[in-house]
Amino acid sequence: MRFSRTSKALGMVAIAALALTGCGASGSANGSGSTGGDTSKVILADGSEPQRPLMPADTNEVGGGKVIDMIFAGLVSYDPSGKPVNELAESIEGKDGQHFTIKVKKDQKFTNGEAITAKSFVDSWNFGAAAKNAQLSGGFFESIKGYDEASKEGSTVETMSGLKVIDDQTFTVELKQPESDWPLRLGYTAFVPVPSGALKDPKGFGEKPVGNGPYKLADGGWQHNVQIQLVPNPDYNGPRKAKNAGVTFKIYQNDDSAYQDLMSNNLDILQTIPTSALKNFKSDLGDRTINKPYAGNQTIAIPEYLPEWSGEAGKLRRQAISMAINREEITKVIFNGARQPAKDFTAPVLDGYSDSIAGADNLKFDAAKAKEAWTKADAIQKWDANKTFTIAYNADKGGHKAWVEAVVNQLKNSLGIKVEGKPYATFKEARNDATAKTLTGSIRAGWQADYPSLYNFLGPIYKTGAGSNDANYANPTFDKAISDGLNAATVSEGNKAMNKAQEILLQDLPAIPLWYQVAQGGWSDKVSNVDYGWDGVPLYYNVTGK
Amino acid sequence: MSTYILKRFLQLIPVFLGATLLVYFLVFSLPGDPIVALFGDKPVNEAVAAKLRMQYHLDQPFWMQYLLYLKSIFTFDLGQDFSGRPIAAVLGEVFPVTARLAIMALIFEAFFGIVFGLIAGLRKGKLFDATVLIFSLIVIGIPIFVLGFLLQFTIGVQLGWAKPTVSSAATIPDLILPAIVLGLGSFAYVLRLTRTSVIENMNADYVRTATAKGLSRFQVVRVHILRNSLIPVITFLGADLGALMGGAIVTEGIFNVPGVGNRLYRAVLSGEGPTVVSIVTVLVLIYCLSNLLVDLLYGWLDPRIRYDS
Repeated sequence: MRFSRTSKALGMVAIAALALTGCGASGSANGSGSTGGDTSKVILADGSEPQRPLMPADTNEVGGGKVIDMIFAGLVSYDPSGKPVNELAESIEGKDGQHFTIKVKKDQKFTNGEAITAKSFVDSWNFGAAAKNAQLSGGFFESIKGYDEASKEGSTVETMSGLKVIDDQTFTVELKQPESDWPLRLGYTAFVPVPSGALKDPKGFGEKPVGNGPYKLADGGWQHNVQIQLVPNPDYNGPRKAKNAGVTFKIYQNDDSAYQDLMSNNLDILQTIPTSALKNFKSDLGDRTINKPYAGNQTIAIPEYLPEWSGEAGKLRRQAISMAINREEITKVIFNGARQPAKDFTAPVLDGYSDSIAGADNLKFDAAKAKEAWTKADAIQKWDANKTFTIAYNADKGGHKAWVEAVVNQLKNSLGIKVEGKPYATFKEARNDATAKTLTGSIRAGWQADYPSLYNFLGPIYKTGAGSNDANYANPTFDKAISDGLNAATVSEGNKAMNKAQEILLQDLPAIPLWYQVAQGGWSDKVSNVDYGWDGVPLYYNVTGK
Repeated sequence: MSTYILKRFLQLIPVFLGATLLVYFLVFSLPGDPIVALFGDKPVNEAVAAKLRMQYHLDQPFWMQYLLYLKSIFTFDLGQDFSGRPIAAVLGEVFPVTARLAIMALIFEAFFGIVFGLIAGLRKGKLFDATVLIFSLIVIGIPIFVLGFLLQFTIGVQLGWAKPTVSSAATIPDLILPAIVLGLGSFAYVLRLTRTSVIENMNADYVRTATAKGLSRFQVVRVHILRNSLIPVITFLGADLGALMGGAIVTEGIFNVPGVGNRLYRAVLSGEGPTVVSIVTVLVLIYCLSNLLVDLLYGWLDPRIRYDS
């Protein structure tokens, strides 16, 4: 889908003194063997035209996100496995999961020479959150105290009371409530600092962003709709140091033409193999391919505001639907292994993931049990035989039609009810009905983690009243379990609590987990050292020529 | 003559207003809220959404939005697209590329269509005639995207004679393959039109007279047959320029040409009204102007045609 962002999980909750004292300049902790290779090569990769100006807090889709991630550095970055590594942070300390003291490394500069200080961070975050600046990713600051006042419609407050600059290198953060996994989120692109010029002229800045990351935008490097050229930033001394002479994102309208370019060596890395080539890309490219799970999943959300899907009968019906879907078959036949059957609500690359949470059986194909659950539900509240159960999807992007049809057929066969796919012409139309809560049936949903944590797959989607809770799911027991997780004392205890919360979800099934995303990409024979991160995005900085 | 041209120009005004109104209304009626879509799967921040709606006038009723758009046209500021860039700049980037592509396609189809059509017509019923007729039938029968992928794969990937997609500058050599694909369908029509028309004219009295006068074969063909046969062909080509510019979406998609079709498609999907309307309006104007040019060419080709004033 469009709004993928990275993810992988790392542990979440780390409460006491989560001091991410990390590797800093000592360099790459990445798994790929970076053995030699030509560092003078400019890597040609595929990209898409950013939707908004390249302002970190205003970018929430992959096209711009990929670029922002490379030209900016934040307090932490994630290593290939999703572990946070200090990038600009000297230390991040918190005792109670609510108050944090952040020390910024000394002598760090933007590429225009401006020094990066504690104030740079505070100003940038305040800018992102203030309603007046209308930044799309402003919601990422919602945990910080004072966010509500600053982000209210028409608000004139431009700063969050939870942020305080102590000295040049230090600032403190107060959250609204304890959220011990909060430091984990700091690798997300909305949290990077921007130079002071950006706050004065965000639009001009968005055209020619000045960052502090491993790369910088080349002079006139953003040719709209054509390409975005990045060159290494010689002053960058963090863990993601560039091992090539630059990355050029060529903007493609569709993956098919990008694939033709890849096969003829006119493109070096193609992040996602197009559906049309899934059957033969391995024979076309030989060993120049990757097949690696990342932190994203796909589900079918069934809104509880529909009468036949509410209450006990609704719950039984959702279980029936879940057990009537043969995930193994679809991932094999339709996706050729480009997905893995889901066993929970998160993703396997995350720290704390478990494939055997109590209730995971509800995600196993069992036609007989499905039928039984459906009959039980009918005893409580009769299903109108003339009614059609619909699975809505957007037909403009993502190739959802094939799997939706497959699921439709499986449901028809196993449950003997009327089922139909319901295509929306565009993503925008589908989102409209989902956010306005005017769906008349189920809708396909997907989640790509923003930051590597189990919580990111649970809280924002299933908590009562959460922003992305399209199904209107509300269960106080689940909410409680989630906040227990956030308040846990250690990472592993937090993860355990999150998985406890998942046990509730596996019974209620506000959404039916289908499969985990797997990154399938390929590269030309001119490059080596290609590997993907926890978020399914190639680690461009690590790629070298042959 | 000049009154005629002036009149035709004045006719552009209602066409322009009608086209913008209609297209604006169509985009306005598209379901879904473009601002909500900007947030993707993420929660919609109402304060931010409201601010953005105001910025793009999406909080106004239809008439107000349309009038504001008209106003922006007359102040030569077409507004901004969702990435905050002036739409005028966007038009300035995409139109030259597509114009280059369309004109190359037009030259290709006109040159080869007329030459092959003329030869086929002169040699009616011979092997060459039969061959090009069958070939043109095949070309007309195959959808453009099949031809596009086929040529891209064989010439671009397997033979490596051309790059499968155009480079960032979209230079003329880059655009040869896409232009051929784009012009191939119309080429077949031009060929058939020319052929029919040539056959018709060969039997005309004035051709017999010209031959009887002792004019050389070459002169008969060039002055009397070809020139008279070109009128229907020119009509077709004139209308085709507009069709090629607006209809290049599929070809541009296959060869990744950063032109009008690509931007228009994206603007429609994301519901950027002003961008869609601006692009379509320019296309409509190009269409009208190329038709005017064709009407003027008639008089040159056939002096019997007069323009009423």
